[in-house]
Amino acid sequence: MVDSALVVDVKGRTFALQDGDVLQAVDQLNFTLPAHSFTCVVGPSGCGKTTLLRMILGLDTGFEGRIEHIGEGAVAAVFQEPRLLPWRTVEQNIRLVLADDNQDESLDELFEVLGLQDMRSFYPNQLSLGLARRAALARAFVLKPALLILDEPFVSLDKSTAQRLHTLLLKLWHAHPTTILMVTHDMSEAAVLADRVLVFSDRPARLVDEIVIDPPQSQRDATMQLAIAQRIQRTVV
Amino acid sequence: MSVGSLCVFVLLWSVLARWLNDNTLPAPAVVWHSMQVEWRSGELTYHLGMTLLRVAAAFLVAMSVGSAIGIWLGMQPLANRIVDPWLILLLNIPALVIIVLSYIWFGLNEAAAVGAVALNKIPNVVITLREGARSLNPEYSEMAAVYRFGFYKRLRHVVLPQLQPFFAAATRSGISLIWKIVLIVELLGRSNGVGFQIHLYFQLFDVATILAYTFAFIGVMLFVEYAVLQPLDKRTNRWRASHGR
Repeated sequence: MVDSALVVDVKGRTFALQDGDVLQAVDQLNFTLPAHSFTCVVGPSGCGKTTLLRMILGLDTGFEGRIEHIGEGAVAAVFQEPRLLPWRTVEQNIRLVLADDNQDESLDELFEVLGLQDMRSFYPNQLSLGLARRAALARAFVLKPALLILDEPFVSLDKSTAQRLHTLLLKLWHAHPTTILMVTHDMSEAAVLADRVLVFSDRPARLVDEIVIDPPQSQRDATMQLAIAQRIQRTVV
Repeated sequence: MSVGSLCVFVLLWSVLARWLNDNTLPAPAVVWHSMQVEWRSGELTYHLGMTLLRVAAAFLVAMSVGSAIGIWLGMQPLANRIVDPWLILLLNIPALVIIVLSYIWFGLNEAAAVGAVALNKIPNVVITLREGARSLNPEYSEMAAVYRFGFYKRLRHVVLPQLQPFFAAATRSGISLIWKIVLIVELLGRSNGVGFQIHLYFQLFDVATILAYTFAFIGVMLFVEYAVLQPLDKRTNRWRASHGR
């Protein structure tokens, strides 16, 4: 039996709108994330994926149901925008998430892997979007999180930059196994990264399908990735 | 450029003084002489020092009380709705009324003087910092929440840097307003300070010494601006300067 890292059992989440209407963002979402799995969430845009991530992160508490983090360990997140503090350097931004007395030496290794060693003393506005996203990944991984939430972390990057970051993310994940839940609208991205894919319906979000992808990420070639992407695409309404 | 324009100002002043040729407008050289006389007797340093102490005390009180209230109101819309009318009321009470009432209610003492000056400034600080607190970026607050920043860490690294331009604005407008009100407070109810001296020499109709005290204090405030405020501003804004990819 595989340990689970996160249990999601949400009955519903509604938002009251200005004009008195009620918007139902999520309806009956029920799934479990196995420990150390890499799960991608796909679905039509505006279907409530980001709302779900916010609920898991504790930023949205106005829902019915329960979300349970199993076991100890930190939760980390990479948002669509890198959300680095512009008045702190890259290194300060990353160290900030650690406890004050933590002199973590794995930071050097992390900078090395992500190719950020020359950028330590840069301010975020001196970085390209791709580099800022790497710094945001470094900030998440330096915590050695038990659960990592990624909200379209590679959106609006050019293809080759996105591909380089996919490789880096898999490398970090293998070096430090953690449970990852990532929202994406890009099926080919899911086909490269995920070992499980949750397909959501249009709003209100319901679970339409749960696809388990067998061959490990490192053994998938381009043809196989294309086939997986097409299979996910067929299930998305 | 600015030195040149100051020279033109002094030149115009000399010409005007020579043309008027009476003691309502003494020449720059006469003012300079008065300044030296006051300096040598030790009076200038003493009274400048007293005024500066009052300015500093009133500034500290106004900034700390005003920013605490301002940040609170910016984050609590309900409290803001309740307190806002009071704020408008306070903003529109003339400085003179606050000073006179403060002396009547609390006596002719230092606390009443400094308190009255601070009370005149507090509403401006509140309004400036309230705008600052309203404009705090929720994206950074969420990041801090996800990464479990404590209160102190959040304040120091997330909130205060975002409020820095608002603190700078409140400081700038604050110091110039405060020192002008301090002179009135001194004139009305203290027995030392630049305001007291100006009052004294007004009764003696000694315009040269009045101007000597005025320019001496302006000199001190310019020193504060260029030697303290501007370098501080530059330091806290380093990250803005470093643009480009």
